[in-house]
Amino acid sequence: MMTEIRKIVLPGEVLGDLKENKPSYGTFEENGKIISKFLGIPKESRGYMSVIPLSGVYVPKRQDKVIGFITDVEKFGWIVDINSPWQAFLSLSEAVDEFIDFKKTDISRFYDVGDIIYAQVVDKKRGDIQLSMKNPMARKLRDGVTVKITPSKVPRLIGKEGSMINTIKEKTKTIIRVGQNGVVWLSGEKVEKAIKAIKMIDEKSHIIGLTDEITKLLSD
Amino acid sequence: MRQEYVLKLLEADERVDGRKLDEFRNIKIETDIIERAEGSARVKIGKTDVIVGIKMDLAEPFPDIPDEGMLKTGAEFSPIASPDFTSGPPGEDATELARIVDRGIRESECIDLEKLCLKSGEKVWCVFVDVHMINHDGNLIDTSALAAVAALMKTKIPELKGDEIIRDKLKKKLPIKHTPITITVGKVLGKFLIDPIREEEEVLDSKLTVAVMEDGKICAMQKSGNQGLSDEETIKMIDLAIKKSKEIRKLL
Amino acid sequence: MGMKPKEKMIVKGKRLDGRKPDEIREIEMKVGVIPNANGSAQVRFGRTVAIAAVYGPRPLFPKHRQESDTAIIQCRYNMAPFSVEERIRPGPSRREVEISKVTRLALEPALFLEEYPETVVDVYIEIIQADGSTRVTGINAASLALADAGVPMRDLVVALSGGKIDGTTIIDLCGKEDNYSVADIPLAFLPRKGEITLLQMDGQLTPDEMKTIIKNVIKAGKKVYEKQKEALRKKYQE
Repeated sequence: MMTEIRKIVLPGEVLGDLKENKPSYGTFEENGKIISKFLGIPKESRGYMSVIPLSGVYVPKRQDKVIGFITDVEKFGWIVDINSPWQAFLSLSEAVDEFIDFKKTDISRFYDVGDIIYAQVVDKKRGDIQLSMKNPMARKLRDGVTVKITPSKVPRLIGKEGSMINTIKEKTKTIIRVGQNGVVWLSGEKVEKAIKAIKMIDEKSHIIGLTDEITKLLSD
Repeated sequence: MRQEYVLKLLEADERVDGRKLDEFRNIKIETDIIERAEGSARVKIGKTDVIVGIKMDLAEPFPDIPDEGMLKTGAEFSPIASPDFTSGPPGEDATELARIVDRGIRESECIDLEKLCLKSGEKVWCVFVDVHMINHDGNLIDTSALAAVAALMKTKIPELKGDEIIRDKLKKKLPIKHTPITITVGKVLGKFLIDPIREEEEVLDSKLTVAVMEDGKICAMQKSGNQGLSDEETIKMIDLAIKKSKEIRKLL
Repeated sequence: MGMKPKEKMIVKGKRLDGRKPDEIREIEMKVGVIPNANGSAQVRFGRTVAIAAVYGPRPLFPKHRQESDTAIIQCRYNMAPFSVEERIRPGPSRREVEISKVTRLALEPALFLEEYPETVVDVYIEIIQADGSTRVTGINAASLALADAGVPMRDLVVALSGGKIDGTTIIDLCGKEDNYSVADIPLAFLPRKGEITLLQMDGQLTPDEMKTIIKNVIKAGKKVYEKQKEALRKKYQE
């Protein structure tokens, strides 16, 4: 069965001309040409040429909502693993509203090692990533299980206006939170089926007709 | 976190990949993959991937066993195989694995070492078994031991012209007397687990590795892990290892 | 190197293994062979086989080794004990240490390391079978592994060896030719701009001979480039 796949470009491949397009994410310019940095899927939109990589680590951006794992409790905050080459820090002031006398309080009562949080990236200076729990969506995620996917495939998992992720949630009756950092948290009875669907999207995001395959998988 | 999930499934006798507790993953054995080696094999158990290469060289025998060839086993936990492996000399895990694989081959008398003697007390063949990890997804010991035996069974001795080894010309097969099969049984939550993947290995209380010969005799054993085992448990684990060894033996 | 061969190495325009002087051995490339790695590839040129894995960009420790404005790349070239005729003892030899360095320098110019400050990209190359031209085979595997890992690149890195035997320029030296060639030239370059990132030579050549070999290697390298592109695309075709 010949599966149709989206067009794929390679690192160093010439995508177009600066006269026709402007270089965007995943591309660079050289001698008037726009060139791909990645093995990925090219996208031309409103005069911008970009490439979505098919693999790669998570590079945090301000405002990203991420799922992180508390790995260390310090005096003024927590060290958080956000599935990225850089560690993130959640400061006391960004995590807790009340006044805390840190000399008397053991802040692990708020968040402790092993806790999973849904937080937002509020600052990024070079390798220094600051998180915050102030966004109303932010919370501690209790129980459940986590799964990792390629960060660049998160938009595909979410789908247009949430269509894909909502379908998975409904058909498997699970609660799912997706972090931009490629970490997905699930809770519910039929978690295994949802995980299967998520893994399929991670592996086959370049295939046209993926939505139908997922629907089929979920209906079985 | 992830470990809790693995344990939760195990409590219900379920595993992350849907296998039964005593079920092996898919096993793929390829031999003669390295032409320049005297013998070789690449074994994949699930995603775990190991290559074993066999090289032969002339050596002086040990003074106390002048009529026997030699066997030397080494293992490299190459950093390509896992984010946790670093380059450098073999650590305790790599060294232990090499010695366990060695013991299975040596104690079972897998290779007829006497037939590798060329001149008593002076010149014998030395068989080098080198284990090289390619991808680590648990159960490295069973995978490495299986690859070692598969490679040895296909190994050919180079031709000898006086003291000159002519490797282009591989003549006779390495004389194999027995084929040990090594099975590791893990214990967690009072249950016994066969062929754990990496995530499962992280939650095991203890492991028992058993090398079994074709007649059902045990020729080597190793317990690892920092929890103890009762004698009943030990016997059950040995029985399970022997049972599984029969299945694996059919693949060779 | 430069030993006097007992027989003629090129007879009636054919090399020892029947190849024409500018012919490359049979090439096989597969991407994504090590599930644990961020990116990986296995490359075969005749009987030389290399497996490369890329881990990273990932955190770099100790902290004092971090560069505040860029990732660093570390490279380790290693030969498996059973990869050669005479078994080699495990552990880095001086040759392997040098090759690790020149490999790193061959790959570095192709990477956008500035986008990952304070991190490291680890490239590991294992030679599991050696029959000449192992370092260039390793570089080809590493190039694929880096692309597979999603490390941003200016271009793929293409590598190939050249030499001269019986007065003729040859491409892609096998083990025997390596021993008897008048010169052994491993070369790596970025195909789009033709920018050379690895160039080593040992032997004796006139400057003109050298230039001819370099030109021929780059020309023949196009075929290796096509194979790399094919291997990357193949991963995503069912």
